[in-house]
Amino acid sequence: MSFFSEIGALYGQYAPLLGGALCVFGAVLTLFGAIGVLRFPDFYTRLHAASVTDTGAVLALITGMCLMSPSGLVTYKLIIILIFLFLTSPTASHAVANAALKAGLTPILSKPDDKAQTAETDQDTAKEVTS
Amino acid sequence: MMIAVAVIALVMALILMLIRVLLGPSLYDRVLAVNSFGQKTVLLLGLLGFFMGRPDFLDLAILYALINFVATIAILKFVRYRSFQVTLVKRPAPEKEV
Amino acid sequence: MRYAFVLFIILYALWYGLSGYNKPLLLGLGLISTILACVLAWRFRLFDREGVPYLTIPRLLLYLPWLFREIVTSNIRVIRACLRVDLDIDPVLVKVKTSCQSDLSKTLFANSITLTPGTVTIDVDRDELLVHALYASVAKPEDFIEMDRRCKRAIDG
Repeated sequence: MSFFSEIGALYGQYAPLLGGALCVFGAVLTLFGAIGVLRFPDFYTRLHAASVTDTGAVLALITGMCLMSPSGLVTYKLIIILIFLFLTSPTASHAVANAALKAGLTPILSKPDDKAQTAETDQDTAKEVTS
Repeated sequence: MMIAVAVIALVMALILMLIRVLLGPSLYDRVLAVNSFGQKTVLLLGLLGFFMGRPDFLDLAILYALINFVATIAILKFVRYRSFQVTLVKRPAPEKEV
Repeated sequence: MRYAFVLFIILYALWYGLSGYNKPLLLGLGLISTILACVLAWRFRLFDREGVPYLTIPRLLLYLPWLFREIVTSNIRVIRACLRVDLDIDPVLVKVKTSCQSDLSKTLFANSITLTPGTVTIDVDRDELLVHALYASVAKPEDFIEMDRRCKRAIDG
């Protein structure tokens, strides 16, 4: 019995710290994803950078908030948000990608023979972003 | 205060997303950025609830997640068909299994 | 009827968790709205094996840890690509054949591909998926075989 109460005390002491650390980690992941969205050269590659935010950051942030949550009801709502985001975010990104493909937006592909051209396009986009 | 650091990082990510919305060469870049912006807003609402000690904000976060998804699909449907009154026809399945 | 009962229980649990009150009036209002939602689902003809897939939940829970591991490993790869000084990406379009039969398992497979960063499903045609990948080296058609097998086992059994 005392073993479990000890575990509970340890949890109560360290869970908020661990949760805060996970929250910071998830927020920094979001920032990295946003930097990727700004840097990548064309629409389809930006989609990949945005999906970092959809999955990794959501997972880290919501786990962190669950560790910090004061009551079971809050944890329940957080898990509902997690399930909902995991169901809808791939659907939304598939919808955007499919609409772009059907509208005739061609992706930049790096085949061995036109590697030079793709590299040039990358530099142009980088210039646009920095200027 | 770790939550404050997380909130600041999220707000910076939101600003970068807004830059992509304004720059985006094609419409789909903008839709993607707005969708991603909405997801970050959901997370930011949850974090703000913890930051201010008011977990009621989570209800707003759930609602915002719902509205964000529906809005993305609605924009894409409107751009593709120029109308909201088109029924999305289901492709006939090859064989119906039970 | 069984499907309606399961859907009713799931929706009522959702309502109860979201409201968090125990007053009889609110519980009754929740009952009414849940029954209304079930009637609407019945009018939409959603009650079949794929509309309320409660039988597949245990196997789906066994699938999730593997999916989370995949998500973490590919997240690391994409974040490294975001932060590199020189962009070393080589995007490709891959055609992936799936062995999944039902619509639900195909949906799970396509969603799993989209959920792992670095690969996005762009188009689905019968049993062929068009996948856009950030790195050609990790998105050969053979690399999706294990995910395909696991998705098929999770839904179709």
